[in-house]
Amino acid sequence: MRPRGFVALQALACGVLLAFLALPLVALFTETPLGDVPRLLTSRDVVNALKTTARTNLIANALILGFGTPAAWFLATRRFRGRALVVTLVELPLVLPPAVAGIGLLAAFGAGGLLGGPLQDAGIVLPFTEWAVVIAVTFVASPFYLRQAISAFEAVDPTLTDAARTLGASPARTFLRVALPLAAGGLAAGWVLAFARGIGEFGATIVFAGNVHGETQTLTLAIYEQLDTSFDTALAVSVLLVVVSAGTLLSYKLLSQWRFSTSTSAPAFARTPSTSP
Amino acid sequence: MALVGPSGAGKTTVLRTIAGLRGADGGHVRLDGTPWLDTAARVDLPPERRSVGLVFQEYALFPHMTVAANVAFAHGDDPATMLARFGVGHLADARPGTLSGGERQRVALARALARDPQVLLLDEPLAALDTHTRATVRDELDALLGDLGIPTLLVTHDFRDAAVLADRVAVIVDGRIRQTGTAAELVSAPADAFVASFTGATVVRGVATPDGRGGARVALDDGGVLTAATAAAGRVSVAVHPWDVRVTTDPPRPGDGGGVIAGSAGRLVPEGGRVRVRVGCLVAELEADAAAALGGAAGAGETLYATVAPERVRLFAHDPAAVATPARTVTDPSGGRPAFAARRPGEPA
Repeated sequence: MRPRGFVALQALACGVLLAFLALPLVALFTETPLGDVPRLLTSRDVVNALKTTARTNLIANALILGFGTPAAWFLATRRFRGRALVVTLVELPLVLPPAVAGIGLLAAFGAGGLLGGPLQDAGIVLPFTEWAVVIAVTFVASPFYLRQAISAFEAVDPTLTDAARTLGASPARTFLRVALPLAAGGLAAGWVLAFARGIGEFGATIVFAGNVHGETQTLTLAIYEQLDTSFDTALAVSVLLVVVSAGTLLSYKLLSQWRFSTSTSAPAFARTPSTSP
Repeated sequence: MALVGPSGAGKTTVLRTIAGLRGADGGHVRLDGTPWLDTAARVDLPPERRSVGLVFQEYALFPHMTVAANVAFAHGDDPATMLARFGVGHLADARPGTLSGGERQRVALARALARDPQVLLLDEPLAALDTHTRATVRDELDALLGDLGIPTLLVTHDFRDAAVLADRVAVIVDGRIRQTGTAAELVSAPADAFVASFTGATVVRGVATPDGRGGARVALDDGGVLTAATAAAGRVSVAVHPWDVRVTTDPPRPGDGGGVIAGSAGRLVPEGGRVRVRVGCLVAELEADAAAALGGAAGAGETLYATVAPERVRLFAHDPAAVATPARTVTDPSGGRPAFAARRPGEPA
């Protein structure tokens, strides 16, 4: 007879874990007065928080992709002294407690901080503004993208980029037409993780940007505030964020399947009858 | 032109340096007087400004593009025309991942030549292929290269590939060219024991003593004696091509004067229309009927006798002083070809 005890133990552990992970999600949907959700989500505070979240995350994600992509390509293809140190530094915010990140940002950009003085002289005050939210989100979310992007670029076969060069492509064209499309899946995965982390950002934001209605209050901060005043509103915003998160995960999974089955470049000339599949 | 050598000899490094994918500490690469790389003059053109077509070992087709888009990437001649020229026009819309090795090679060639480069570089063009398609693709490639009429430098670890595909062959070891010549020249007059073994010779060691008639007797370490037409003394490497070895079941008469190696026979291995058999430390390659004449002796562990005509026994110095000059200048006895003087590694050109 085959030993079944150990398999049963694994199944049990799996069941317990699944129940534990699913329970809060189920509770969210059962405890929320779902009929009231449209009304709760259109209250002024929630709409403002939604706008703030969308605006700040849009800018933060643009910054992460815009600076992160070339930086990741650089780090993935160059070998220099201190590279390991640089990569570690890039990944540090991943393990940094968000509140510490917030304090660090205050120490850097706050009044009397490292750059705060000169910035203030130039008429720029960052803490407790919407820009502070952007900075906080960028700080905590960018490593998720960078890490994935570096490994995605490292996985691009260097002979392919070499081939592109010998075919007359400049380094920039090689990057855009060969490296970028081949790394696209990994880059999208990294971006999805960074996006999810940015939407859920709480700790660094509340420390560095505060909780100012209509200015720095994001959806997660709104949940925190509504706990005391309107638990139903907190529940409704939570349901919204669950839907957003699930949608993000699903679109990523669909995206990664889709990219293997389609072309990233149009045929250069009209189709000719093909004799082979 | 082919560059052949064992792995790690620096063959691919040479190609990458010519293509500009790799820098160099010193030296120059020139095409028709145009410097591509000249470390002294601080010239180092980027790959995209060198008129070179490089076909990579694994062909390096862009997997995310169709075959046509791969060729169109070069911004050169019309992809449809190029593909048709290489007989793969019908694959224009296919993905590289769905192609066979031979098809990939043709697409890679079409892509590399789309820009009308002045030089074609092929890195191990046959290494990525299965053994059974290799010979076919090699002949196809030979025909294609013949039609192209473009200067081609190909790199391979297989001397036979080089012999089929190139007019001239250079043997490279440890980053140095050991010998350059036609494949026939390398076979008939190898510059050293390594080149000889690379062209298919069996290399064994022994001690040579001059025979007083301008030749030498070599007592082999593994047993047996060979006589050579060249003078030598001391420890030598002896190179013998398998097709120069005669095999008999009876010992040759002592009056023949030639050396003989007696050894137990190995298994008969068919190789094309010929048969290879190991006799002692030598490998002999025989016509099929000659092998049949040996009867059941081979393979049964019975003793066979191998002899080699003295002028076909090539001696190389262990220590360069051991082989008397002009032993390195060997006249090909069969072809009556003029003496081919080979340059030793390290000697000035």
